[in-house]
Amino acid sequence: MSFFSAGDLQAIWLTLKLASIVTIILLVISTPIAWWLARTQSAWKGCVSALVTLPLVLPPSVLGFYLLVMMGPEGPLGIITRSLGLGTLAFTFNGLVVGSVIYSLPFVVQPIHNAIEALGRRPIEVAATLRAGPWDTFFNVVLPLTKPGFVTAAVLGFAHTVGEFGVVLMIGGNIPGVTQVISVQIYEHVEAMDYLNAHRLAAAMLIFSFVVLLALYTFNKTKKKVNDGPKVLEL
Amino acid sequence: MNSAININVQLTRGSFQLDAELQLPGHGVSVIYGHSGSGKTTLLRCIAGLEKVAGARIQFKNTLWQNDNTFLPTYRRPLAYVFQEASLFDHLTAKKNLEFAIKRAEKNSTDDFDKTVSLLGIEKILNQYPSELSGGERQRVAIARALLVKPSLLLMDEPLASLDYQRKQEILPYLEKLRSELKLPIIYVSHSIDEVARLADHLVVLNQGKVVSSGDIQACLARVDLPINLAEEAGSVISASVVEKDSEWQMAKVHFSGGELWLRDNGATIGQEIRVRILARDISLALSEHKDSSILNILPAEIINTAIDQHRALTLVQLKLGNDLLLARISTRSATHMQLKSGMPVWVQIKSVAIV
Repeated sequence: MSFFSAGDLQAIWLTLKLASIVTIILLVISTPIAWWLARTQSAWKGCVSALVTLPLVLPPSVLGFYLLVMMGPEGPLGIITRSLGLGTLAFTFNGLVVGSVIYSLPFVVQPIHNAIEALGRRPIEVAATLRAGPWDTFFNVVLPLTKPGFVTAAVLGFAHTVGEFGVVLMIGGNIPGVTQVISVQIYEHVEAMDYLNAHRLAAAMLIFSFVVLLALYTFNKTKKKVNDGPKVLEL
Repeated sequence: MNSAININVQLTRGSFQLDAELQLPGHGVSVIYGHSGSGKTTLLRCIAGLEKVAGARIQFKNTLWQNDNTFLPTYRRPLAYVFQEASLFDHLTAKKNLEFAIKRAEKNSTDDFDKTVSLLGIEKILNQYPSELSGGERQRVAIARALLVKPSLLLMDEPLASLDYQRKQEILPYLEKLRSELKLPIIYVSHSIDEVARLADHLVVLNQGKVVSSGDIQACLARVDLPINLAEEAGSVISASVVEKDSEWQMAKVHFSGGELWLRDNGATIGQEIRVRILARDISLALSEHKDSSILNILPAEIINTAIDQHRALTLVQLKLGNDLLLARISTRSATHMQLKSGMPVWVQIKSVAIV
């Protein structure tokens, strides 16, 4: 008899899988967005910044509601996925991935954006005068110099995805092994008056989140990169 | 236009206008001189392609770098750039910074590593990170890194401006070595007339975004209609070679096209080619040769031109000695009394000569 029940373990595994996939997707799409935001003089900058930050201030139920409508059979996203033969995304794991990417976007874009902005144009210009092309510059100059920003982004994106509840409930429901993540599972336990198992999962979440943030702050402190620390609240 | 650099840049930013059309020689040090805000850094950034200005035209030797249809990005231009402030990559040691350049150089430059490192005297600091180096050391590593990318053109944007006097004195000898040992053309931006005197072969004077003078350093500095106010710094630079040393009086004799000059011996060796700078205020003129003066250097010269200086009490006189030009600043009253005019022979009394 283990500490967690089989259902709880399934929820934990599903949550970690979801958060890992979402973090990887987020790092890939947030880097160009953050780069563009840090560099552009375009009039669209304010608009894009606001859109990216929106998930931070919206109630997850609002976000979840719109996603649900869009993913539905008649929604724009639903029409696309159906025409691709993928069916609809609502109440599926893939739907959860899409929702989580949108929900955690500001937590990943913001630290990368801050790090690139703090880096300034100079190292990139220097690299260009040393014959480094754009990709070479990104991987050998920008990435090493902004690493703390990327680490912060990855950790926050992961932790925030692990902690999401409202969006999951709206677009994923509560299907064991498919969309039943830890936060939903805790809700289930409480509903069923099973406080013991709720405590176990809740405490695990609490300790996990604390340890992750502690590790992050310690890492950024040793890196002495004050600029790249968690700045998500400084929007 | 072989072996030359052609630049044509027009740019307006707010109230600032840059309008520069220039031909620079394909060898030696061209200094772009101007006060701050004259547009000299912007011009250098345009040459490097760090600034993309519509309608600009930049040609280096036989290659077009930019015109209306072409824009070669910076990393495709065979140049190197030394920035004003420290620009080393903080995450790499001095040595790794140099290797960054070597790896990307078009021509293999590994053989030059030792040579460049010793040219700039950075052997002992190679394993240190930029944060552990002094400003002067960082700038020397940055210059070494620029050389190791094997550029065909070296651009330097006030590489000494962020350093204190002592660090400047530490680096200037290395820059002079670059000038004398490498065949590489250098475009050097500066607002220091000292650096101009020490380093320039060709001088471009930029004032409020306009090229007001461009030419050989000696001819440029010896102009009486000096386009920008150098005030007490006005003077000329001539090339000379050391021919004799007087150990009793600690003096050295140098030879130039207009004769010989005695100056303080600062450890020059016989046969050495040096530059000397003579300030306009240190020259006085006489109609006959004075033998009873404390002044050591008295030479015959011919007046080429005279002009009233910025203050009407002073007159600038351009003089020819052999093939060299000197500039003297005397009172307008004396000039009038002596009835100085073009073509007149005079005796030049030089109170002070400095090796630069």
